[in-house]
Amino acid sequence: MEKYDIVIIGGGPAGLGAAIEAKKQGITKVLVIERDIELGGILQQCIHNGFGLHIFNEELTGPEYAQRFIDMAREENIDILLDTIVISISKDKKIKAMNTTGVLNIEAKAIVLAMGCREKTRSSIAIPGDRPAGVFTAGAAQRYINIEGYMVGKKVIVLGAGDIGMIMARRIVLEGGEVLAVLARGSIVKGLTRNIVQCLDHYNIPLLYNHNITKITGKERVESVTVAQTDEKKEVIPGTEKVYECDTVLLSVGLIPENELSRIAGIEIDRKTSGPFVNESMETSIPGIFACGNVVHVHDVVDFVTEESRRAGANAARFVKGEKSESESMNTIVSGGITYCVPHRIRYSAMPDKLDLFMRVENKYDKATIVINNQGNELVRFKKTNLTPGEMIKQSVKKSLFEKAKGDIEITLEVGGSK
Amino acid sequence: MYDVAIIGAGVIGTAIARELSRYNLKIVILDKENDVSVGTSKANSGIIHAGFDPEENTLMAKLNEEGNKMFDTISEELSVPFKRNGSLVVAFDDEQLEHINKLKQRGINNGIPGLKILSKEELLKKEKSISQEAKGALFAETAGIIDPMLLTISFMENAVMNGAEYFLNFEVKSIKKEDGNYRVASQNNSVIAKYVINAAGVFADKIHDMVAEPAFKINTRRGQYFLLDKEEGKVISSTLFPCPSKIGKGILVAPTIHGNVILGPASDDIPEREDVGTTEEILNKARTGARLLIPKITTRNNIRNFSGMRAEPSTDDFIIKEAAGAPNFIDVAGIKSPGLTAAPAISLYVVSILKEKGLALNKKESFNPIVKRKFFIEMTEEEQSVLIKKNSLYGRIICRCENITEGDIVDAISRKPGATTMDGVKRRCRAGMGRCQGGFCGPKVQQIIARELNKPLEEIVLEKKLSYILTGKSK
Repeated sequence: MEKYDIVIIGGGPAGLGAAIEAKKQGITKVLVIERDIELGGILQQCIHNGFGLHIFNEELTGPEYAQRFIDMAREENIDILLDTIVISISKDKKIKAMNTTGVLNIEAKAIVLAMGCREKTRSSIAIPGDRPAGVFTAGAAQRYINIEGYMVGKKVIVLGAGDIGMIMARRIVLEGGEVLAVLARGSIVKGLTRNIVQCLDHYNIPLLYNHNITKITGKERVESVTVAQTDEKKEVIPGTEKVYECDTVLLSVGLIPENELSRIAGIEIDRKTSGPFVNESMETSIPGIFACGNVVHVHDVVDFVTEESRRAGANAARFVKGEKSESESMNTIVSGGITYCVPHRIRYSAMPDKLDLFMRVENKYDKATIVINNQGNELVRFKKTNLTPGEMIKQSVKKSLFEKAKGDIEITLEVGGSK
Repeated sequence: MYDVAIIGAGVIGTAIARELSRYNLKIVILDKENDVSVGTSKANSGIIHAGFDPEENTLMAKLNEEGNKMFDTISEELSVPFKRNGSLVVAFDDEQLEHINKLKQRGINNGIPGLKILSKEELLKKEKSISQEAKGALFAETAGIIDPMLLTISFMENAVMNGAEYFLNFEVKSIKKEDGNYRVASQNNSVIAKYVINAAGVFADKIHDMVAEPAFKINTRRGQYFLLDKEEGKVISSTLFPCPSKIGKGILVAPTIHGNVILGPASDDIPEREDVGTTEEILNKARTGARLLIPKITTRNNIRNFSGMRAEPSTDDFIIKEAAGAPNFIDVAGIKSPGLTAAPAISLYVVSILKEKGLALNKKESFNPIVKRKFFIEMTEEEQSVLIKKNSLYGRIICRCENITEGDIVDAISRKPGATTMDGVKRRCRAGMGRCQGGFCGPKVQQIIARELNKPLEEIVLEKKLSYILTGKSK
């Protein structure tokens, strides 16, 4: 059985960030296991720019951003297994993997989960109608176009105004195709505002709010889709149906963290994020198994993934060195329009001087205040403007605020003007 | 010149082909599609019924009972996973309790073993997530679950291994009597056969009418389903039915042989025979129906909706006999539920009819009943290591939802008849059948098919001839 100090599952930005950080903290035996034939994860197919503004203060494409981390990983002499898939992990940190050389059994002192996420499919939103070819998730279409070099269609409807959907709408137009419309399934766009401007407005692609596909038609290839307006409950308004002739439907209807391995290991999963519960050190419910990036919660900016992964890598290193934090943990409990907060648990003794909290809200708020309370005492409040579900909130909090805190940390939103 | 031509490569046609391939006969199977198992056989509940449903003294009752008993041997011989998980018909009131007692008696009359009425307590002990409103159930221990596509494909592979020939993309346009034989013709090809088997599913009446006076009509009934993620797989272990009504067995909830959960079918009659779309209204019925049995079931983890078609005969029973006025032309028509269960028994029954009509049946010495198939993920770690050493493609997982390796996919393509389409691969080895529905592995599977068949990537289609995936090179 091969032995490593830290094994990182996934060689995308999260996995690489964690590996490099662990190595910098003095851990010698670090292994990254990647299922694809190259490192970089989904960034390799994201050939548009906009990556790296926070971390590198410049605008990079996905492959460029990935390459910086790949180069750093090579410089740090991190062991890398490509074209290798992890089949299972156990509580005692034994890993079963395989590749074309055979079945590999590996033992680790700490594991970092960095498997990323996958796209929701047509079935997850149950679009009725025929089942012809020509219905793609936006990411699958992105792979065909940007990596394989093939077009997926000529006349396209995009369902869901997520980031990948909007970016792919622009890509289709740049490749000579036509995008009839991008449909947002509610009154709020899930993607970043900058993508509405740069991908849709600049290319005159119509963005239809409160619209959904009610039927896909086509025996063999998509021939048309029926589109209808929806009310505030997202129910179809009868009589508003309109048929669009097209040969392709791209779906950008959400992402789900990929936690099949976490479940095999028995790690506790948060139903809201679909990722593991983690503490301030990005440690899961199993001591010594850490997680970071989109496997924990879906990010919209890769730079935040990098920050999170450094935290996971550094703490995995600390765990391997035997540094223990024994203090009791406090749960972060959200309410009032905040949908979740990562980390879910905080141990005072293990907190860095400044801890970043990642949160999302369920609605659009022009003005709101995030209030953090503990046992009826207000610890701190942060005024915010232009909150939207599509943009993750990063809020850093000082350790000293929590010195006397006990029990649950309550995080809530006061909507409207400030007090 | 063939001894027997079989029209239709669904579970009925292929089961008959396999049975006939035991004898020294020249057999040909014809299908209008580019693969086997793409009609009714690909989209159904995958249930092997115990046999208490059909009315006594019908062909359905006889062939259901006989067919069910054959599945242990068949699944073993053909390497098709099968499990007798048992079924429960759940009663919710006194009237329904009376009805399940009637069903039990009918089952006994049909010769079905292992039927038992369970009290509410026994039922809730057996299936913990079942509705508290349930009053009791009829338990049938011989009911089972199977992968209907893999069964059909395996019947076909075994028939072909044993000498049967086949033509795909062969849509029968005419059947003419010629010197005491039949000439069965498509647009640009034809075969001559002494005997013809009409196993054309929802088109069986049209095929019949090519050689004989109209004798029956086939209506297409469409059944719509949800297929849930394996995460929901532990919610039940038996197949649950509500009390049956005049129009069918109702909306069931069942585990699948691969560990998913299936809800459905919610049915409607459709004018167009192959309109297998889904509708919101009917899907909602499937969901509501399933919740009557298991209140907590959700479709949050739905991984696929689909609908399948059933050949509803205008007679109430299977139609398996020589067509009047067309000697040696045998209809095997109106094979609705329990057609899958009955398929192996139907094949024996058809062979006995052929014998009666004078077909000489001489056993073939070389007949081999075994289809070998083992997926990488089902092997022990030792077997896996050995296999990867022998063929390194088994070390590369392509479909990570179902853990299907490149070796499994290449095998699916190189079998006879092998997969040539994305769905062909999926039906043979489950790549793309999982929760991401091919989102990740789709492009890779397409490349593997193109490589193995030495074709351009754009020519690899999803399923039917014109279901192209790519529209050309990008800029």
